[in-house]
Amino acid sequence: MDGFVSLLHGFSVALTPMNLLWSVVGVTLGTAIGVLPGLGPALTIALLLPITFQVEPAAAFILFAGIYFGAMFGGSTTSILINTPGESATIVTAVEGHKMARAGRGGPALATAAIGSFVAGTIGVVGITVLAPVIVKWALMFSPADYFALMVLAFVTVSAVLGSSIIRGLTALALGLLIGLIGVDLQTGQARFTFGQMSLLDGIDVVIVCVGLFAVGETLHLATRYRRGKDEIIPIKGSLWMNGQDWARSWKPWLRGAAVGFPIGAMPAGGAEIPTFLSYFMEKRLSKHPEEFGKGAIEGVAGPEAANNASAAGVFVPLLTLGLPTSATAAIMLSAFQSYGINPGPQLLTTQPDLVWGLIASLYIGNVMLLVLNLPLVGLWVQILKIPMPYLYAGILVFATIGTYGISRSVFDLGLLYGIGILGFIMRRYDFPTSPVVIGMILGPFAEQQFRRAMTISQGDMSVFVTRPIAATLLALAALAILLPLVVELRRSLRARRAV
Amino acid sequence: MDRRQFMMTTGALGLMAGMPRLAAAQEIDDLEIFVPAAPGGGWDQTARVMDQVLRAEGLIGSSRITNVGGAGGTIGLPQFINQYSGEGNALMTGGMVMVGAIITNNSAVNLSMVTPIARLTGEYLVVVVPAASDIQSLKDLVAMLKADPGSVSWAGGSAGGSDHMLAGLIAQAAEVDPLAVSYVAFAGGGEAMAALLGNQVTCGVSGWGEFSEQVAAGNLRAIAISAPERVDGIDAPTIREQGLDVELLNWRAVFAPPEISDEDRTALVDLLTKMDASEAWQAALADRAWDRLFLAGDEFAAYLEEDTARIRGVLQGLGLAG
Repeated sequence: MDGFVSLLHGFSVALTPMNLLWSVVGVTLGTAIGVLPGLGPALTIALLLPITFQVEPAAAFILFAGIYFGAMFGGSTTSILINTPGESATIVTAVEGHKMARAGRGGPALATAAIGSFVAGTIGVVGITVLAPVIVKWALMFSPADYFALMVLAFVTVSAVLGSSIIRGLTALALGLLIGLIGVDLQTGQARFTFGQMSLLDGIDVVIVCVGLFAVGETLHLATRYRRGKDEIIPIKGSLWMNGQDWARSWKPWLRGAAVGFPIGAMPAGGAEIPTFLSYFMEKRLSKHPEEFGKGAIEGVAGPEAANNASAAGVFVPLLTLGLPTSATAAIMLSAFQSYGINPGPQLLTTQPDLVWGLIASLYIGNVMLLVLNLPLVGLWVQILKIPMPYLYAGILVFATIGTYGISRSVFDLGLLYGIGILGFIMRRYDFPTSPVVIGMILGPFAEQQFRRAMTISQGDMSVFVTRPIAATLLALAALAILLPLVVELRRSLRARRAV
Repeated sequence: MDRRQFMMTTGALGLMAGMPRLAAAQEIDDLEIFVPAAPGGGWDQTARVMDQVLRAEGLIGSSRITNVGGAGGTIGLPQFINQYSGEGNALMTGGMVMVGAIITNNSAVNLSMVTPIARLTGEYLVVVVPAASDIQSLKDLVAMLKADPGSVSWAGGSAGGSDHMLAGLIAQAAEVDPLAVSYVAFAGGGEAMAALLGNQVTCGVSGWGEFSEQVAAGNLRAIAISAPERVDGIDAPTIREQGLDVELLNWRAVFAPPEISDEDRTALVDLLTKMDASEAWQAALADRAWDRLFLAGDEFAAYLEEDTARIRGVLQGLGLAG
């Protein structure tokens, strides 16, 4: 209960009118940069670091927390409405969310994303307050071999987004794996698939691939199908608000998403993308309406959105308890701590309780603020869909271009964006799913690095994957996820044959 | 872009409100600072702290920071050389890692093409083991390394970076083939630390700043530091006093563009010498636990040349340079 007393104290630090104002500024700014593809919270906070020379630590961190959660929310808004994930963690949201929007149900999709983010964020903050020390101990037990097993499980879940044709889905996945290999290999320092291009040494930014495939590719595809005069505006069907059935189908995915997202977010190499894949897969398996997946299932928005926000909260566990930054945004926050002369580490909680609990309280305030600001705006956001297609898609291209150029100010990246856009167009034209490309690109290098780390540490002994309990359990789960549907199918067909 | 302008204006307004400006003492009206890395990293922080201090001390009027990140600075360097050539009011941040990246990436341009101004800060690397480890000193580690090089796993940053270099140098000095070292590269600071705290690897190498809190908390044990002699406030014996002739400094410095006039060069060296002497700079260094390692002008140029040759040697040993 000690944690809650401290949390209350944290609220007393964070809840001053001035700090609430900082929170509003942060959340608004965050939502705006989340909407722009390419501009992430890490970059924005980095550019705002000089502010730490001017204001109180609590105010700065409240601002940063607002930006962080605001960007997450902004990213899902564009994923749902215009199929352009502003963040790699909202790719899965685009899969179902955009289908919902195109079916005229953009309002409920945005609402379930907003409320799900709030619910999961809240669970995450409670998790930080109560579970932080336990979670950290558990997260540190993960060795590279265990991470590799987790990746195997994640790869299995990819099948949920492969679409109707397995061959096309696997082709797209392989393409993603290939793109993921480009750049200097971390373990040996050797360049792979860079063709002597300096600009390719750091690999291709996942955001550029997302924006290229989803925004540019989709826009080109729609442009080729556009017939003058026959402008179809997506009508908004039914209520803007979630109906009873939406609620009934959303609340479990919110909770499950949070349960997956928070612990994985707290793991030093967990990331925000993997829990969203896992959650999507889980919801597809558990849903009473699996046939709706791929056509706009609300569970497919609610679960991953909750997972994404819970993992964002989870990232603070290793940051505050061990001083371990596990995401780009956390790393920048760490340097913000340092500019106040504070070195986050195991003693942070005892030496700087005001700051730590103020920050945790401000995460909570940021969540509430987002809900308050965004729910009334859902009606406004969905109006975007009423913009006639030529203007809307021209606008998307402009934003995609500005966003991409804004990250690196590199003309090369712009060329890359449009090259990938054309690839996306061809894929779309011939009915290849595009999300497996991005998923392959994220999971592939991750799995490869963990595998090689595990092999270096064990000196090439493959048995580490079965002798370590965590790895063995995760691999067994993955095997189960593949075999179980096959067994069920086999039984059904046997029974059907017997009936004949 | 709107956002950028917005940031710059808020930043600038904040500064104007908070700090008195002493126009009379300005050395340079308008300073361009070029950072060959993305916002947030070490070189970027160096640039931003420099910018704050120079303005607070009234040594410059206005300034602009440009970030062009990627590939250990080798994307930004050619741009700096091309775009700022001959301009006496531009500075680029960089460091030891960039020297390594230029060699391993076979970059067409290198640091001999720009004008070295001053080395500002640096960090010595430390070797740590998990608290539960049997290894008590570098001697124990070296004994293990000699018995079976593959059995010692080292956690650190990307291959070819400063952490890897130190592992290679220690192996070389211990007469073990650096290529036989089991080096496990992690991206970013957090992951390598997690592997150490979770007891997944034998030892870890990184800057002292990364490890200091965990060493203070008793979770890690520092067994060696790559400094020439013991450093105040760091309870770790040097590598040298444990019998191996190895030292390594991960330095950060500033460079001016090629083909600037001698007056401009002298003015920039003066500017940074004044900055280094200021209390604001020293306070900022103390906040960030950066070591003050100021070395300016010709001395720095000579040091750069010497260090480049040495780094090339290490990377050749690791099989990363031709």
